[in-house]
Parts: sequence; C-alpha cells; structure tokens
Amino acid sequence: MSRTIVIDPVTRLEGHAKITLKTNGAGGVEEAYFHVTQVRGFEKFCEGRPFYEMPSLMARICGICPVSHLIASAKACEAILAVEIPPAAAKLRQLLNLAQMIQSHALSFFYLSSPDLLLGMDADKADRHIFGVVKAMPEVGRAGVQLRRFGQRIIEILAGKRIHPGWVVPGGVTEPLTVAKRDEILAMVPESCASILLALDAYKLVTDKFQEEAAVFANFPSMFLGLMPPDGGLEFTDGTLRLIDATGNIVLDGMEASSFDEEFGEAVEPFTFMKFPYYRKMGYPDGCYRVGPLARLNLVDYTGTPRADVELREFKALAEGPVLGSFYYHYARLIEIVHGIETIERILAEPDILDAHVRATAGVNRLEGSGVAEAPRGTLMHHYKVDENGQMLWANLVIATGQNNMAMNRGILQAAQHYVDGNRLTDGMLNRVEAVIRTFDPCLSCSTHAFGEMPMVVELVDPDGKHLDERRRDA
Amino acid sequence: MSASVDVKTLVIDGVDVSARQDQTVLDVARENNIFIPTLCHLEGLSEVGACRLCLVEIKGSPKLFPACVLKVEEGMEVITHSERLLHYRQTILELLFAERNHVCAVCVANGNCELQTIAQSQRLTHVRLPYRNPKLPVDLSHERFAADHNRCILCTRCVRVCAEIEGAHVWDVMGRGIDSMVITDLNDPWGSSSCTRCGKCVQVCPTGALFDKSKVGVSHPKSPEFLPYLNLMREEQ
Repeated sequence: MSRTIVIDPVTRLEGHAKITLKTNGAGGVEEAYFHVTQVRGFEKFCEGRPFYEMPSLMARICGICPVSHLIASAKACEAILAVEIPPAAAKLRQLLNLAQMIQSHALSFFYLSSPDLLLGMDADKADRHIFGVVKAMPEVGRAGVQLRRFGQRIIEILAGKRIHPGWVVPGGVTEPLTVAKRDEILAMVPESCASILLALDAYKLVTDKFQEEAAVFANFPSMFLGLMPPDGGLEFTDGTLRLIDATGNIVLDGMEASSFDEEFGEAVEPFTFMKFPYYRKMGYPDGCYRVGPLARLNLVDYTGTPRADVELREFKALAEGPVLGSFYYHYARLIEIVHGIETIERILAEPDILDAHVRATAGVNRLEGSGVAEAPRGTLMHHYKVDENGQMLWANLVIATGQNNMAMNRGILQAAQHYVDGNRLTDGMLNRVEAVIRTFDPCLSCSTHAFGEMPMVVELVDPDGKHLDERRRDA
Repeated sequence: MSASVDVKTLVIDGVDVSARQDQTVLDVARENNIFIPTLCHLEGLSEVGACRLCLVEIKGSPKLFPACVLKVEEGMEVITHSERLLHYRQTILELLFAERNHVCAVCVANGNCELQTIAQSQRLTHVRLPYRNPKLPVDLSHERFAADHNRCILCTRCVRVCAEIEGAHVWDVMGRGIDSMVITDLNDPWGSSSCTRCGKCVQVCPTGALFDKSKVGVSHPKSPEFLPYLNLMREEQ
C-alpha cells in the first residue's frame, strides 16, 4: 500500500518547514516535497518608506544574517544614489560580512549539523544536539562556541550590536574603525584559527563514515552561482556574478546585479511559500542552480589566503570539475571559515583601514537600483524602485536559500529514495532526509521573508492523497 | 528699589518648595528635580496643555490638572506620582502608540525618542488597545528633511517653534480629531512650501516624525535646548 510520510517539523533549521514523501505500493518513495510554511511580506510593506531606511528595515528579515541584508540593501541604495563608496568603507563592510559568515557557518556546522556528523545519523535523538556534542567532544563544542563568539563580537565591535546592527548605510558606514577596536579583533584571531583547525580535524576523522550519505545527499549535476572579484579568489561582498555549469564551464560571467532579473526568474509552486529561482535561458525546472559555500568554492581556482588554499586543493580533489555532492557544503563551510579568519587578519593589517572618510553622500540620481552580496547561504539580491523623492515604490528580494530550493527538493527525493522504506519508518531514515536539507543550511525565515519558530514534519501520503503516517517534531 | 517678588510656598510630593507667583507647577517641580513626564511642553515655547501626560493631583480636588499650565498657589499640595496618575499616563501613551505606526525597531529616532523614553519611564510594557495601523504619507519632498506622519503624535511643537521662534509659520494643523495632521503651508509638499530650512522643527520634534535625511542610520539625539537661549538673547536685544 502506498503511503505519505510527513516530517513535521524539520528540526535544526532556521525557520519552519515540513517534508512530505509519497510512496508507491512497494514502499519506495516516488515524490518528495519540501514545504516552507510561512510568509512575511517585506517586499510589500516597505512600499512608501524612504529608500535609505531599507538597510535597517530589510536587516530585520533575519537575526542570523542581518549583515548580508544590510550590505545587499545598501548596495542597491548606492545604485540609486549612483555613488562609489570610500575604499575604507568597502573594506570595513568586507570585515563585517566575513564576521557574519564565520558566526553563521559556525552555527550551521557545530550547532545544527555536528550532532549528525560527530554523533552519527542514527544516534539517539535525545542526545543528537549541540549539548550531546559538547558532552562527547567538549573541545569541539568549545571551538564552535568560540568561533560563533568571534564572529558575533566583531559585528558588535564594528556595528554596535550583535543582532540587527546599524552602521552600514547607503554610501558606506557611519563610523570609521579605531585602533583600539582593530587591536581587539586582532587579539581574537589566534584562538579562532586554533578552533577552526580543530573542527577541520574532527570533520576529516568522520567524513569517511559518510560515503553512502555523500553519494545520495543532493548529489547531481547543476549549475553554480556566486560573486567573483575582478582579480579572482573567494569574495563575499563586492564583484560581479559568475554562473558555471556542472562541468565547470562558464555560462555567465561579469554579470552585474542590475541584470539579475533579466537572467534569473522565480517560479512558484502551490505546495510551498518559497519561490524557485531558475536560470531563464534554460527555463524552469531545467535552469536549476546552487548557491552558497559549495557553489563559491566550485567557482574559484584559489581562495586567496594560504591555509584556506591548502584546504581548497583537498576539496578540489574530491571531484574532477565541480564537486556535485551537497554533503560537501559542510566541508566548504569550514574552508570558508578558515578563509574568513585569514582575510580578517589581512584586511586589518592594511594601513587605510583606519581612514576617517567612510561615507559618500548623494541624493536620488537613479530611480532603480540593485545590489548583490554573498550571504552565508549564497547569493543575495535586493532590487528597488523609487520615485524622484526616494520613496520606495517596489522591491524584489531574491534570497540565497530560495535559489537552492530546487536542489533541496531534488535532494530530499534522492536521499529518500535511497533510505526510506515506506513500510518501515525509522528515526535514522528520516533524520537523513532532514540532514540533506541541513547541508544547505537553509534560512527559511529569510527565504520567505517569514517569521516564527522552526518546526518540520515528514508526511506519508498514498497516491490518492490519503494521509497515512507522519513523524512530527516540535520546535 | 526693585519690585518685590510675590513668593508662594507649596508642597510637591511632600517636599516644601517656594515659587514665584507666575510660575507653573511644572516649572517649580523641575527646578526641584521632581520629574513630571511631558511631550507637548518644551521650554521656550508657549504651552498648549495638549498631551495631558503632566496631569497631577491637587489635594482637596477630585479633578486632575495639567502641571504645564497650572499656576502655583499658596498652600497648594501637589501629588505628581500615584497609581491613579500612572494608570492615566500609561493609557495616554497606549492611545498614542495605537493611533499611528510607531515601529521603534526601524525608526530613525530609536534610542533618541521622547515617546519611547517616557513609555519606558512609565513602565509601559504592552498596548492593550488594538492598533489602528493607518496608512499615512511620508513627505520626502524637502531637500534636507523628511516628515513621516506615521510617527507624529500631534504635539504641535513644530507648529509653535516655526510660528513663535522662526516667525515663518509654515507648519500648522489641518483636520479635526483623529484625522488631524500637521501640514506645511496649505498642505503643500514640504519641499515646495515657504520653509526657511532652519531645521528648528526637526530639532524640537520629540519622535522620528521630522528628521534630517542625512542622519539616517546614525544615532543623533535632537537638541531642542537652544530655544531658551535664543529667547533670552532676543529679550536682551
């Protein structure tokens, strides 16, 4: 008999979601749906507000990656102002964005995914959480907490507070960096380097045990999108967009934020509030692409910092051409943390980082503007239209997690077909389906610009739509 | 020989104080470091007694009196803080918050807002009334300043400073009751009004209703304390 399995809520994610698996008579999974179950409406209620309020308003979309929204939004506003921001401001924003990337990746790896990786997919769910990791491997737990504190403290030092900081404004930032602040950040670097190297060791010790998962966790050809600076290397804040195909050939290069809407569309499906961005030339659903740490490392030949480059070579050795298995998002995340710490140290050593000129001013010079930045989860795009006084008329946001939506849906089907037996559900089976989603580290509240707690469900339905079984986890 | 000053003695919150006969209870209380919340009052401007936050109790009367316009009297016993007054003040603040769209988290005045500070001082934790969520305009037509009617509490400080101090009388109030709005000239856009661009209205606005566009994103306390000095200098001339 065919069934529908519901996993609700999906746990250890940022946001609400549920998964529905539909099985055939033999118990095999035939369809899988990843439902994101809330909506918020930021694009609508910003209408009528002054455009220069957008960075702080849009940052409220997310408490984990407010900095990405601040930066993408400020860049869209700068396109409206038609100004180039002072070099010191650009570097300070890079610092802030890297700090956020580090704390967010630390959250994803240590708090959300390390219970699966270090304790095992089949570990007792009563212990399969960060506290279980801290109990089993105290030094790894401490490293995770330390890295998150490192990132959050930098955000606080630079921008005033850890969550929803201000500081980033259209035209630059509001205050220059002081010597005391610079030195406080530099003093935290050595401990953070030690923490990430410890995490890399822990990851490498267990990664061989997950070959089966790596083969079926959203492992398929797709395109990859991310920011590229003019001189190559890994970049999160400035540059233009590059899209490559599954074999590594460049499909699009040097793409400015302003042509994002021309190149990428957003499809809508009735089963979820999250949209499905796709590459227009290939249409929906063929124009599937991935963003985020895996995509960024697939795009670059080198990261630009020594320790991260050593790791990147190891990463590149996983496959000929782009690494297609989403399981390796975890590894890519750790490499990006290494790169982030090294880059923060490099930027702070530059003499002009203390420059007092950190803000450009101008009025409304264009009626439309777009900005992109790399959020921890991937490319983030803000696009605004204003009237001649600078009042918001329209906004469109394309969020990193949304751009992975197609890949996540295909990924859970792939993993569910491999692991789930509709006649006999086990906790480990369903945890692996959830773990596919966790590799992407989706931020669902961002992707639907939605709010709330973060539950997830797996539901089993027969071909007639009859509800047969479900596994539910409360937030 | 200088004219003798008629001095009154009264009691505020159990403290014996003396005052000139032309002083208000609010003036005397402030001179003696006794806090009475106000929003429409501003030293240097005429009093309108509009916000009612400064209501106080006078022994022997069942009525409440606005301290900003109440002249001192010999033997008066004033109570500035009681459960009854707290209840009234909280209710007034709740009505203000419910009336328009005061979203502190994304407001330009967050952290430097008199409405926010007074709500905290009056221990306001919730608004029990349903929010009206009106759709109100934002006037961005002025080159330097902006008017966000979502944050306006109709204290009319802008109207008074523009008429009484700047002498331009660009700001005024139109409509009645809950439909009242501050306007520039005859409800023309601020940018094409007869505004002299002095910025006094922005400095005296207690909330984020009137603000300097260039200060968005920067914590910028307003500085209305220039008013008494300005008045004093003009008197000396």
